[in-house]
Amino acid sequence: MALITQRIDVPVLVDESKCLEKCTACIEVCPLDVLAKDPQTGKAYMKYDECWFCLPCEKECPTNAITVQIPFLLR
Amino acid sequence: MNISTNTQWMKTDVLVIGGGTAGTMAAIKAKQANPDGDVLILEKANIRRSGAIAMGMDGVNTAVIPGHSTPEQYVREVTIANDGIVNQKAVYQTGKLGYETIQELESWGVKFQKDAQGNYDLKQVHRVGKYVLPMPEGKDLKTILTRQVKRHKVNVTNRVMATRVIVQEGRAIGAVGFDVRAGHFVVIQAKAVILCTGACGRLGLPESGYLYSTYENPTNAGDGYSMAYHAGAELTNIECFQINPLIKDYNGPACAYVAGPFGAHTTNAEGHRFINCDYWSGQMMLEVWKELNSGKGPIQLKMTHLDEDTISEIERVLWANERPSRERFHAGRGEDYRTHGIEMNISEIGLCSGHSASGVWVNENAETTVPGLYAAGDLASVPHNYMIGAFVFGRIAGTHAIEYLQDLDHLAPDREFLEAEKARIYTPLNQPNGIPHTQIEYKLRRWVNDYLQPPKSEPKLAIGLQNFIRYHETLDQMGAHDPHELMRCMEVHFIRDCAEMAARASIYRRESRWGLYHYRLDFPEKNDEEWFCHVNLKKDEAGAMRLFKRAIEPYVVDVDLHQEAYDVAVR
Ligand SMILES: Cc1cc2nc3c(=O)[nH]c(=O)nc-3n(C[C@H](O)[C@H](O)[C@H](O)COP(=O)(O)OP(=O)(O)OC[C@H]3O[C@@H](n4cnc5c(N)ncnc54)[C@H](O)[C@@H]3O)c2cc1C
Ligand code: SF4
Ligand code: SF4
Repeated sequence: MALITQRIDVPVLVDESKCLEKCTACIEVCPLDVLAKDPQTGKAYMKYDECWFCLPCEKECPTNAITVQIPFLLR
Repeated sequence: MNISTNTQWMKTDVLVIGGGTAGTMAAIKAKQANPDGDVLILEKANIRRSGAIAMGMDGVNTAVIPGHSTPEQYVREVTIANDGIVNQKAVYQTGKLGYETIQELESWGVKFQKDAQGNYDLKQVHRVGKYVLPMPEGKDLKTILTRQVKRHKVNVTNRVMATRVIVQEGRAIGAVGFDVRAGHFVVIQAKAVILCTGACGRLGLPESGYLYSTYENPTNAGDGYSMAYHAGAELTNIECFQINPLIKDYNGPACAYVAGPFGAHTTNAEGHRFINCDYWSGQMMLEVWKELNSGKGPIQLKMTHLDEDTISEIERVLWANERPSRERFHAGRGEDYRTHGIEMNISEIGLCSGHSASGVWVNENAETTVPGLYAAGDLASVPHNYMIGAFVFGRIAGTHAIEYLQDLDHLAPDREFLEAEKARIYTPLNQPNGIPHTQIEYKLRRWVNDYLQPPKSEPKLAIGLQNFIRYHETLDQMGAHDPHELMRCMEVHFIRDCAEMAARASIYRRESRWGLYHYRLDFPEKNDEEWFCHVNLKKDEAGAMRLFKRAIEPYVVDVDLHQEAYDVAVR
């Protein structure tokens, strides 16, 4: 099966300058489990574009590092 | 990535699958009834913020509070709104037990709106009675429940997705699933199992094309519907779809239940009202459909006539609770309640007894037709049950399950069954370059729109059914790179099962009922003589999907359905 990698505008943005290396709060609360830590940088990022724009990640982030946008297709 | 396919074994007395609204309550109640019993919640996400009420709720839709309404009035109203197809004894429970449920929630710190005298401040949204209790500060509902789960010493395993209930010797004896992060196989032995996995919210495809922009929390993909079916339990009213009037594209509630009592209402493009009641029902949805097809659409929730204080108050509620991202959606389009109506549309279809009636058959004790298997919340068929109904049936399921299992032992799960299920689950991981779940899901759900979205007709439904049956072969070609993708693959299996059930049940009932929910162009009239009954379905001994009629249980509250037909059209 041939597969390609596609560029996608993802809804969740993380301000890396604010993201704490030891924290995983957003990752733990996301009902869709779409956030993860970049093993290289220790910063959170959106790993899968599967978002309900429900906002627990944003609400539980201790440093306000997260911004959830409405996904592009319905924005 | 290192994916472990080892097996983790667990043992408990009561297993609750899905720790949302109904599930957390079921577990707490089982523990209250017997603090020595072991109760385990198995949750695909994390119970702190999972399910429909992840960000709270802006109101209780079905609160029967003494002095405002009676359980009998409530049963009557729900019976009429469902064209008579209800098991009244089950609906009655929500009417009778809602009040003490609200009081218990309040004692845990959940806030409900009160008037100056300290009484619950109920609003009328339904056609006749006052059942809507606002919760302007309802945003932390789930964290409060999580605290109670811990306080009651319920065991919780997050990030494990159940895929099948194990049934042996005629009763439910556990479940299997896998860890959606580490990947390992999980087997839980239990004496009773309670399914609380919510709606099938990912059935139709949203018009935006974004798979997860559903009304329901998209983690709820019909998991429990499918698991109950494979466990041999009966499902009912599946042809009575969930279809909601939602903010176009955003696909969340606009929300007339909050704004209606402040003076907002649904109108056509000309600003005229065409329905006299904003309570969601199939009959209301049919009026919406007719209006949109008459050239008078689009329809909107209109607030422009309200004063500044009122609009700010509505914004305060809508932008803090339930679906708080509504605010940024409107802002992104440069829309404001003061100057713009909120454009609404008819949603794609889903299955949900919280809003309509489609679900796993349960009696008034939350028992399914399989001994030891209980169901509560959106997936259990107690029509229009909403959040309080989920709490009430969670309570009932928890207390009954713990009592039922007293003299029972664990049974060792059949090895062959476990191996077969393990092989089924891990197929996509063994072919990582198979077709991605996103494409497979998109096509399946587009067909759901093409062939199942009402109005329905037999030729269309039949093509849909054939496509869904053949789709088994397509599912076999799915590939996954990691346990997360595997979770989505297994959800697509659940969605396919629900699509087949929805097609078959819709074909079987050869009449129209519940307004738009089951509007058949080839049988446009209601036919009480032949169809005043439930349509139930189950997996028979040969493994085939069998449909049959189930008689309506005798009513406990008299209703004259000929005198009191549900009609909300403005003429
Ligand atoms: C946007 C929205 C607004 C609403 N507004 C109102 C309102 O204002 N008033 C009102 O009364 N009602 C409202 N409702 C309805 C109400 O929220 C639901 O009826 C109720 O919360 C359903 O509870 P539940 O326990 O069935 O589902 P949920 O609370 O969604 O719980 C299901 C749980 O099961 C988990 N799960 C799913 N599959 C699996 C699996 N395979 N294995 C393990 N776990 C699994 C999920 O992660 C989730 O935690 C609304 C619903 C929605 C979606
Ligand atoms: S908005 Fe919701 S679904 Fe999206 S990343 Fe945040 S918590 Fe997850
Ligand atoms: S919650 Fe905030 S600080 Fe913590 S990992 Fe997520 S983005 Fe970083």
